Amino acid sequence: MGITVEGANKRFGDFQALKDVSISVPDGSLTALLGPSGSGKSTLLRAIAGLEDLDAGRVMINDEDATAKPAQKRGVGFVFQHYAAFKHMTVFENVGFGLKIRKWKKPEISDRVHELLRLVQLDGLAGRFPSQLSGGQRQRMALARALAVQPQVLLLDEPFGALDAKVRKDLRTWLRHLHEEMHVTTIFVTHDQEEAMDVAEQLVVMNNGQVEQSGSADDLYENPANEFVMSFVGEVNRLGDSFVRPHDMEVVLDADERTQEGMVQRIVALGFEIRVEFVLADGTEIWAQLTRPELQRLELEEGQIAYLRPAQAKSFNGSSPSETIGASTPHGSPDEGDAEKPAAV
Amino acid sequence: MSSSRSSRWGLRFLGIGYLTLLLLAPLVMIFFKTFEDGIGPPLDAITSPDGLHALKLTLIMVAVAVPLNTIFGIGCALLLVRHRWKGNVIIDGIINLPFAISPIVIGLSLFLLYGANGWFGPALADVGFKVLFSIPGMILASVFVSLPFVVREVVPVLQEIGTDQEQAASTLGANAWQTFWRITLPAIRWGVAYGMVLTTARVLGEFGAVTIVSGSISGKTQTLPLFVAKQFEGFNFAGAYGASLLLAVLALSTLLAMNLLKRKEA
Repeated sequence: MGITVEGANKRFGDFQALKDVSISVPDGSLTALLGPSGSGKSTLLRAIAGLEDLDAGRVMINDEDATAKPAQKRGVGFVFQHYAAFKHMTVFENVGFGLKIRKWKKPEISDRVHELLRLVQLDGLAGRFPSQLSGGQRQRMALARALAVQPQVLLLDEPFGALDAKVRKDLRTWLRHLHEEMHVTTIFVTHDQEEAMDVAEQLVVMNNGQVEQSGSADDLYENPANEFVMSFVGEVNRLGDSFVRPHDMEVVLDADERTQEGMVQRIVALGFEIRVEFVLADGTEIWAQLTRPELQRLELEEGQIAYLRPAQAKSFNGSSPSETIGASTPHGSPDEGDAEKPAAV
Repeated sequence: MSSSRSSRWGLRFLGIGYLTLLLLAPLVMIFFKTFEDGIGPPLDAITSPDGLHALKLTLIMVAVAVPLNTIFGIGCALLLVRHRWKGNVIIDGIINLPFAISPIVIGLSLFLLYGANGWFGPALADVGFKVLFSIPGMILASVFVSLPFVVREVVPVLQEIGTDQEQAASTLGANAWQTFWRITLPAIRWGVAYGMVLTTARVLGEFGAVTIVSGSISGKTQTLPLFVAKQFEGFNFAGAYGASLLLAVLALSTLLAMNLLKRKEA
């Protein structure tokens, strides 16, 4: 059950959008396809929907081979980044479109449409045209339209990409609640790692037409398979060959054999969290994430010299699995091993 | 501020003056000339058997050429915009030919093709189908000269609306035909309507190509523009002006009808 893609390949002219991509999405789950633009995530989603033909590979939806089926027979609900609202139809007609195509009777269509409009909190706007709605309302209408036909799977292509920050946040919370209620297998595409981690149960990180890693948000954050995943999922500093999360960067005022000297360049207060930017002796720029009390204790000022010590760092050799080299706990544990050396610079 | 305002007024004056001199003045002149000796003479000319026949033929041309070119135009625009392939460049060029070539040349080429010694003429004559100097030839000429309008109006609209709505319809279960009728056609309807108005105007006024293929036989193969020319040559100015005015009124009323429809919807 769920959605399985095996060995998907797709080429647009000279551009290889998908290279041997295989993913498996459990039934009833909420999965995010995460990656930068051009990573192939939208192409993969569109291939699942049948909006793009694969050059090679197979798409299985609920144990059924859907590869050769046209989009209209796959039973998917698809939500587009720019809403794809039917501009000449009212909200009611938009949401009822799939039912009308399925030759539902008018009273039944009316009941179902009003039920869905209540679900997406658009009841009362049934007679409006899309041009009279805000972006968030249009996207909720598009979602209701996709859900009206009771799809086996729900696919969302950067659904909140065209909305402003506040509406985005509201909508993704709302989407998570909706998924908890409906339990329809859902895949959504995003380039925003925070959004992916906030909404999805499972993340599939893509880059250059390939899957880099998939797993839970925690898993990807704690055990990234490679440099790309580590830097795409969460913030990262690079110190020579190793990578350190900004919150793993300890700042102390006294030097010891494991610290490096750095000058405070800038202190940015982002509420509770403080971003302190340093420049090292060799010109490397790194930043540490401190809390407000930590900053107050250290009494850092711009232009001041302080010492940095990575509490935990990772390095990746080629494509081999991750390896933790700086396993010291804050304030130095007896088990120092590799952590003896400061991450090479 | 004031200098930019005066320059704006200057531009407006220039624009309106230019249009008045070039477009409006001749039309107003025809209007006055037509009714110089009252409504009698032009009305008599138009309601003469030849005049009425010319009107009927002109309307037949419109009734055949406009639907044909509308269907072809929409299909061709879909092909050009929605199915990208290398041959499109060639199709795109060929479609513009009627704009590029003088109508009289079009008439001559049809004459060569369907004439007694043409490629198709003899074969068609054998089965008893007469193209030249009869209605089929005139329809061919009318379709030819007015072919690009719907395509040219619909292509940019199709490009602008994109494929999102059509793809959304297909994921909702609509097949290609349903998507076309319920989504694409309503989305491009004003492009189609505008193309149809332009096609109508072009067919109403077509002279050059139709002159050649029809032979302009009074009461038989004469459309209104040919009727105007005949009247003019025969120094029957009242008839010429009257029929001209009728043509102008026909064209303007299609434009007006479209604008009314559009306003009603908005």
